[in-house]
Amino acid sequence: MADITNTTHANRARSASENPVKRFFRATEIDTRLLGMVGAMLIIWIGFNILSGGLFLTPRNLWNLSVQTASVAVMATGMVLVIVTRNIDLSVGSILGFVGMIMGVLQAELLPQLLGFNHPATWIVTLLAGLLLGAGIGALHGAIIAFLNVPSFIVTLGGLLVWRGATWFVTSGRTVAPMDATFRLMGGGTEGSIGATASWIVGVVACIAIVATIVNSRKQRQRFGFPLRPMWAEYFLTAVGCALVLGAIAVVNSYPWPVAIARRYADANGIAWPEGGLFIPHGIAIPVLIAIVVGIVMTFISTRLRFGRYVFALGGNPEAAELAGIKTRWVTVKIFALMGMLCAIAAAISTARLNAATNAQGELDELYTIAAAVIGGTSLAGGMGTIAGAMLGALVMQSLQSGMVLVGIDTPFQRIVVGMVLVVAVWLDTVYRARAK
Amino acid sequence: MTDTRTPLVEMKNVSISFGGIHAVDNASVDLYPGEVVALLGHNGAGKSTLIKILSGAYKRDSGEILINGEPADINNPRDAKKYGIETIYQTLAVADNVDAAANLYLGRELRTPWGTLDDVAMEAKTREVMGRLNPNFQRFKEPVKALSGGQRQSVAIARAILFNARILIMDEPTAALGPQETAQVGELIKQLKKEGIGIFLISHDIHDVFDLADRVSVMKNGQVVGHARTEDVTKDEVLGMIILGKVPEKAIPGPGAMQTA
Repeated sequence: MADITNTTHANRARSASENPVKRFFRATEIDTRLLGMVGAMLIIWIGFNILSGGLFLTPRNLWNLSVQTASVAVMATGMVLVIVTRNIDLSVGSILGFVGMIMGVLQAELLPQLLGFNHPATWIVTLLAGLLLGAGIGALHGAIIAFLNVPSFIVTLGGLLVWRGATWFVTSGRTVAPMDATFRLMGGGTEGSIGATASWIVGVVACIAIVATIVNSRKQRQRFGFPLRPMWAEYFLTAVGCALVLGAIAVVNSYPWPVAIARRYADANGIAWPEGGLFIPHGIAIPVLIAIVVGIVMTFISTRLRFGRYVFALGGNPEAAELAGIKTRWVTVKIFALMGMLCAIAAAISTARLNAATNAQGELDELYTIAAAVIGGTSLAGGMGTIAGAMLGALVMQSLQSGMVLVGIDTPFQRIVVGMVLVVAVWLDTVYRARAK
Repeated sequence: MTDTRTPLVEMKNVSISFGGIHAVDNASVDLYPGEVVALLGHNGAGKSTLIKILSGAYKRDSGEILINGEPADINNPRDAKKYGIETIYQTLAVADNVDAAANLYLGRELRTPWGTLDDVAMEAKTREVMGRLNPNFQRFKEPVKALSGGQRQSVAIARAILFNARILIMDEPTAALGPQETAQVGELIKQLKKEGIGIFLISHDIHDVFDLADRVSVMKNGQVVGHARTEDVTKDEVLGMIILGKVPEKAIPGPGAMQTA
């Protein structure tokens, strides 16, 4: 007991000597690095909004931005675990292409013969087959890396060529289209959004989850007598969390269906066309919902499960992890299998969005995925990185690209800018970490 | 040996070589319950390698390991832990980027009924154990990387004693420590000894361990020079074993003993 009182005194003494800003961050336990990224993103958003004459911060652009980010964001969550264990996966774009092509052929050519055209089970059979295939390819890469000791850079560089070639081979380079109607919902669009009511329900559920998490964490800390956050900090975090969620919902709910589609919908459902046009909000796009769920699941895996703990321990000190009795090779295989599965989800989103599977699908995605993870604070030296950071990194990358398109910057310059931003972001991060030490 | 009890650990004629170099050559050591055996020798004498065979980090080429008189099958660190063998490595072997609780339970995490990590329970137990070992330790939330050498050492020791080890291997346990912390480790060793735990202390510095050990086993060039009870020999005689391989009268010579004419 004496120890505990001592600590509280020490903490109090420490907090008294801190300036208010530091005290605020200590009390709320907000990750300042992540906050810095949010700040950088806001600067990008506001900057592009001014340059494009107010086109960037519109519900329409933000909604599109969210859909465009989904595929890379999904893969970036897996890339975090790969990079944390001091590996790299250069093959994700090619796996996306190959799995997407197989899913395309399956739903457009094979399953209709077997089940009939537009059978309701087509999408789920296709998706499951894709997930299995992705996990299988990833596990193969992981096994070669872990058990044959070939560096991941080489294995996945090989994979990049092999799976791109295989994608080409499957249909001899022919584009496969169209996708199954239900499958297509995973790509977003007016049909692939859940509408206003459902979006609000999602928002409210998310707010309840935020409150429950904070209450639960406080209870747990109380149970074992650990230091607690001050009450005002708890209220502040809850309020900010809920405001962000509901704000985002409000934005996607104020982006209406295009007039032509709304009119067709009105005609089909016998709704009289009102004077000012029919306002049907999009709501959250399904691919975005998928990405959010993936993000939550991956965060859960990486922070709450033993597997996640092993991933980080392995990344920090592989030898220590091995000596502690962790089956490090199997962990590596599992990480790559998981990465492959996430590529399959990304493949579903991207083929559904394009309504076609092409042999160039996902080209260069490996680089955007790695860039997203690294911009999001994943350290290439291993051991550090967060899922939320990587997803935010993906959003930052996509914001830059979309913004440049809106402003009318030519494609060559877009790439130049993205490349430079990547280098500068990592440099800033290095500086930040050096100062934090 | 005069002791008629069954040794807790008996390593018999163990050899291992790396690329033609006999790192450990036909070495035999043993350890009884409640006993501290100091394994001495120069850097590169093969002490750490021999002990890493016992802890499962290396696989022996030949020889056998008996635990409580029965042959033990130790092929990896997990096997060793099953026999109650815990090791504190010279390099500390802590996972740098996770906190103390995660390190203590690494590989043996507590889980909730839902299969998720029970971080709160692990932290509570960690606070308890660390409070006993190092009452000043307060940095439970920080990655181990941020800790001082002594604090990292406490984490490594806490991990070893957390799971009711029967056999404790300490490889240069005080190398990273200041005088006060070294004394603490000494106290801890005495306490563990009372609980009947057998301890291998590995050191290249005889002064660190002579007073703590019941027996010494000396290695040189991968071979065992000899064994002796610390009460039967002087520090100088043991130094002679370490440096020259010269075995004093009251010690039992091993295969690495200097051939005297």
